[in-house]
Amino acid sequence: MWRDALLVAGKDLRIEARSRVATNQVAPFAVLVLVLFAFALDPDRGLLTRAAAGLFWVAVLFSALLAVQRAQTVESGEGTGDALRLSGLDPAGIFLGKAGAVVVQLFALELLLGAGVVVLYGVDPAGYAALGATAVAATLGLAAAGTLYGALATGSRGRETLLPLLLLPAVAPVLIAATRASEAALGIGGLDVAPGDWLALLGVFAVVYVAFGVVAFGPLMEEE
Amino acid sequence: MDAVVRLRSAVCLLGRFPALAGVDLVVARGETLLVAGANGAGKTTLLRALAGLVPVVAGEASVLGYDLRRDRRGVRCRVGVLGHGPALYDDLTVADNLRFWSRAGGAPAAVLSGALARFGLDGRLADVPAARLSAGQRRRTALAILVARAPELWLLDEPHAGLDAAGRNVLDDLVREVTAAGATVVLASHEPDRAAALASRTVLLAGGRITEAGPFPAGLVGEPPRAEPVHVA
Amino acid sequence: MTTETSTTDMATTAPVPAGTATAGADVSEPVERSTSGPLALSLGLAAVLALGATVALGLTLPATVEQGAYSRLIAIHPGVAWASYIAVAVTALASALWLWPRTRSARWDRTAGASAEIGVVFTALTLATGSIWGRPTWGVWWVWDARLTLSALMLALYLGYLALRRVPASPDARARRSAVTALLAVAVVPLNHFAVTWWRTLHQGRSLAQLDPGNDVDGAFIAAMLLGLLAMTLVYAWLLVHRVRVARLEDEAEDAMLALAIAERRREAAPA
Repeated sequence: MWRDALLVAGKDLRIEARSRVATNQVAPFAVLVLVLFAFALDPDRGLLTRAAAGLFWVAVLFSALLAVQRAQTVESGEGTGDALRLSGLDPAGIFLGKAGAVVVQLFALELLLGAGVVVLYGVDPAGYAALGATAVAATLGLAAAGTLYGALATGSRGRETLLPLLLLPAVAPVLIAATRASEAALGIGGLDVAPGDWLALLGVFAVVYVAFGVVAFGPLMEEE
Repeated sequence: MDAVVRLRSAVCLLGRFPALAGVDLVVARGETLLVAGANGAGKTTLLRALAGLVPVVAGEASVLGYDLRRDRRGVRCRVGVLGHGPALYDDLTVADNLRFWSRAGGAPAAVLSGALARFGLDGRLADVPAARLSAGQRRRTALAILVARAPELWLLDEPHAGLDAAGRNVLDDLVREVTAAGATVVLASHEPDRAAALASRTVLLAGGRITEAGPFPAGLVGEPPRAEPVHVA
Repeated sequence: MTTETSTTDMATTAPVPAGTATAGADVSEPVERSTSGPLALSLGLAAVLALGATVALGLTLPATVEQGAYSRLIAIHPGVAWASYIAVAVTALASALWLWPRTRSARWDRTAGASAEIGVVFTALTLATGSIWGRPTWGVWWVWDARLTLSALMLALYLGYLALRRVPASPDARARRSAVTALLAVAVVPLNHFAVTWWRTLHQGRSLAQLDPGNDVDGAFIAAMLLGLLAMTLVYAWLLVHRVRVARLEDEAEDAMLALAIAERRREAAPA
């Protein structure tokens, strides 16, 4: 399973490195979202700084949608689905590999967006360890949920609109928890709930979706 | 009898459409079977059913000893399918594609260069992204992947389409070579001239059923695979 | 449903697969064209009676000082919310039963889909009645109350589920896909619950928990609420029975089409 996961993740990352869709389209889009938030919220009244954590994670969420859709498009070539099923690859490995590739891309995007939030929104970076832990837990959950819902919506006409409808309400807890945990790390906003609880929530979310994906990906790949 | 494929009244649905409406078919080990038939006769569905990709919803179906109605996953890594789509990642090079698919199937790395060379894909072409290949070159790449995976049952859908004369000859030689080595080949074609020369037997598929089964080559029944392929027009 | 093709010369060798399209469908039972029956009829009668009693009791409730006539919504809102929870639970249970190989039957897939459809209606009603009820207290139609937010997320999750069910696919694939989605949705509900309640810890205003308990609410209110719960449960069950039977009739009609389709397919082989 792990060998297959590495093989698939390596393949997906190699495709991204060659096609440059992530760097040429997804990354600029993510930064653009940050800029659009500044247009929507008056930058002079400190709103952006106070809302920075939430805006950051919304931008990550939208970029994750694109990344997941891209990861599905890669497999949508004529005959690729058949070839994957015939390949002898463990479906759980395929799931972990595809989710892993999305994780790597999202990490890179989060670094970029983090720099963007610091530069554009005037956020003082702080609490790196807590931010890092939040990012890891949230990203794992997002990638796993995205890959799983991506597979659920695959092979259907109109999946471009179906994926956001399925994914966004499901990852609402990630958005809430990651935003609060980031705010706690940055020292913005009230600390209603201990940051550790938010991290635990993110962790449980990631575990639930990874486990579901490992079990359910095989049957879902069978769909015709 | 050493049957690789055994179908009885097999029914396959595409959505609610019965693409196969009760197929009876037996293929012996070492055979090269041509499935002829018009467009829409069900040839592609038949091949995909044999590969365990399409569920057989009624009747009996066993391939390489796997009962497809109970387990159609086990058979998959032992068959090789050349479909309409060559299943290549456009952004990866020919060599990358071959490496990924053969490693996925657990093929040894040593066979890769030989597989490329057989189809004239070594040298400059190996480093070209699949997106920039011609249709024939994509077909050759797909065949090279099959060679590296070395399946026991080859399911070739319109294998000659898109290939030039040299490519067709390479393909024909390949089919003769693998059947001589004990593998079984099922070809589907709607223009059977070229394929019939290659096949040891021809069946006609129409309306989702086998309507004409050619004479079963008696010599094949119960015998081990032979060194020389048979030619039945 | 076996081969009844005496009028044609088709479909003679291969038996037509009974219920292939809907694995495990009990299509061999005599076909009934109506969705009613003793169970549906008694459920319907009970639902109508309970609903009528709820309305009657609800309208006689006194208007409270704090909320005026709005307090009478206690007869409707908790019951509707309760029915939406039942619907979600039934969808999850039916999906699990479909996924479990030993209990796999098209019946569970139909039940899951039917229950989700009704659940979406009840969830939407929960949001609407909750919003109407909250209006005099909050002064606005919507506040980010934890329960309302959770219901809104649930509505979105199950709208996605229903959208997925409408995607064309083979019955088996659709059932599998839907069942996984339904279980995922149920797994997400507790996570959503914690996220939303923690998120609103400091802001949680007057939620239902503070509105209905017995300190200033007299017995009539509690009776109306309980009657509402019963009525909505009966309405849910009544709708479910009918909806599942409609789905079954649809499946049977499609299976009947399958026999025709196979015969037609074979006819293609005949020389034109």
